[in-house]
Amino acid sequence: MEDTAIRSLDGFLQQVPYVRFLGMRVELAGDEMTAVLPFRETLIGNPILPALHGGVIGAFMELTALAQLSLAAPGRRVPKTIDITIEYLRSGRAQDTYARAILRKVGRRVANVQVEAWQDSRSQPIAGLTGHFLMRNEEP
Amino acid sequence: MSDFNTAPLPERMIMAPHASALGLTLVSIEKGRGVMAAPWREELVGDPETDVIASGVVTALIDHTCGLAINSAIGEPMPIATLDLRIDYLRPAAPRTGVTAEAHAYRLTRTVGFVRAEAWDVDRGDLVATAQAAFMLNTRAQPLKA
Repeated sequence: MEDTAIRSLDGFLQQVPYVRFLGMRVELAGDEMTAVLPFRETLIGNPILPALHGGVIGAFMELTALAQLSLAAPGRRVPKTIDITIEYLRSGRAQDTYARAILRKVGRRVANVQVEAWQDSRSQPIAGLTGHFLMRNEEP
Repeated sequence: MSDFNTAPLPERMIMAPHASALGLTLVSIEKGRGVMAAPWREELVGDPETDVIASGVVTALIDHTCGLAINSAIGEPMPIATLDLRIDYLRPAAPRTGVTAEAHAYRLTRTVGFVRAEAWDVDRGDLVATAQAAFMLNTRAQPLKA
């Protein structure tokens, strides 16, 4: 893993306040990134079940896509989300959640990304996301 | 949160822990429709260079407001689950500005509810996001105790 890529990822994770608000972090094994969303009470949407808020799971997967893009295209500004489609497969329980992103295509202007989130078992994902992201050059 | 079960719908929408963490407020509610707002806060920023609120906050706001619209359409407390949610981010919100979302549950079957939603920052006619969602209804097969 190149230093510039890791610096770019660190920058994304540390400089985006909303990443800290959710408490998301990442684990790197070479160029393979797993995003981790440690459980917090504030992430609950339905306290009776209890279940993670669907919006939290969606936001976490979107941030996972952006984090993976920051590794793939270091030095660029945080891409803008164009659209996302979230598929909810299972209720997110009150425990840690993980996600991995696959960059289907990173073009000059647009990146196509797929993300999957899971809890106990990666073979039983709780949600998936397909998104398009606008890649941006360095100047604002 | 012990009285979450019995609280009226408007209170329940605000009491949900993540809604309260985001500071969501209920703007209005009528049968099949709901409007909620996410005020801007420093810790919710998604782009530190512009201080624009994170799109993830808009996602959570829209998901929550869609749930409100479905629940108000059903008219009785019932567990629901988001099946899918598609959001188009038409433009970034204005810097240091909160977002408001309106959702309309326009079709309910016995098992599924269909919802459209729109979100804006300043002007209701100048949208930041549009969304389409489907929810599974009555995911526990029994209505919650009202």
